[in-house]
Amino acid sequence: MRTLIYLVIGVLFGIVLFKSEAASWFRIYEMFQFGSFHMYGIIGSAVLIGSIFIRFAKKGKIKSFSGNTIRITSKEKGFYRYLLGGIIFGLGWALAGACPGPLFVLAGAGYIPILIVILASIVGTFLYGILKEKLPH
Amino acid sequence: MNWIQEPWPWFVAGPLIAFVMILLLMFDKKMGMSSNLRTLCTICGAGKASSFFKFNWKEQRWNLIVASGMILGGFIGANLLSENQTVNLAPILVEDLKEMGFDNAGEAYLPSKLFSNSVFNDAKTLMILVLGGLLVGFGARYAGGCTSGHAISGLSDLQLPSLIAVIGFFIGGLLMVHFIFPFVF
Repeated sequence: MRTLIYLVIGVLFGIVLFKSEAASWFRIYEMFQFGSFHMYGIIGSAVLIGSIFIRFAKKGKIKSFSGNTIRITSKEKGFYRYLLGGIIFGLGWALAGACPGPLFVLAGAGYIPILIVILASIVGTFLYGILKEKLPH
Repeated sequence: MNWIQEPWPWFVAGPLIAFVMILLLMFDKKMGMSSNLRTLCTICGAGKASSFFKFNWKEQRWNLIVASGMILGGFIGANLLSENQTVNLAPILVEDLKEMGFDNAGEAYLPSKLFSNSVFNDAKTLMILVLGGLLVGFGARYAGGCTSGHAISGLSDLQLPSLIAVIGFFIGGLLMVHFIFPFVF
């Protein structure tokens, strides 16, 4: 049952990312050219609604389906890892025109070359694991 | 029902993405797509190379199922819900892109220059795709999250690290598009 629920959530997320064109290389290019409000509207409205929900959840007014308190684990404190990691990610996001979610979506949409990007992103994750101790965090 | 076949506007997509995040929270899970890349490393045996990959990947099984759903969602979105996949761009952007060699800008969902099957015979484009993927995977794990984990989930929780990461995403993206693209395309 749980498996089916997660699958349906993923299907919904995938359809939304495809239909909103957030999975399009062109839309990412347009965003970094400040060519349209589209991507900013998507991210901005998602964050606005998300933050209202989390605000209520944190006051204990909303419990999860299993009755637990809803909490998002805080990210570790730090500066360099977020800024440097963020910049590296941003370079790749603009070049490949896709972040991890859309990578899966585009594979499903039938674009074979995206498999190269997916494989490389797994290798990139592996390289981080190897080099982790040597990087400023 | 014609509107469903059209591109969905931001004020439909944004709230739906928030809905996905909220649903996951209601099931005691936290949205984050790049975590799946780490899980895939672990499944492939990366734990032998670095303790970073030594964790019980079965705890992340739910997230792999979400990712599988996204693949299916991409298939449905492209094949059943889109009469026309064209991404409409401002004429000035189309002009710029065509000058850079993106011939089908304003006429397709993805640039054929990067994502048509002919790239398999083109070493330079393959390098671009590999480099893009490496940067996305490395950067996401270094920063501890990607667009879904930091920009949507982390910012919604008003977390400072996520704000720093998102500022980093934009510094990187702007650098790439404005200063590196002229050398690449």
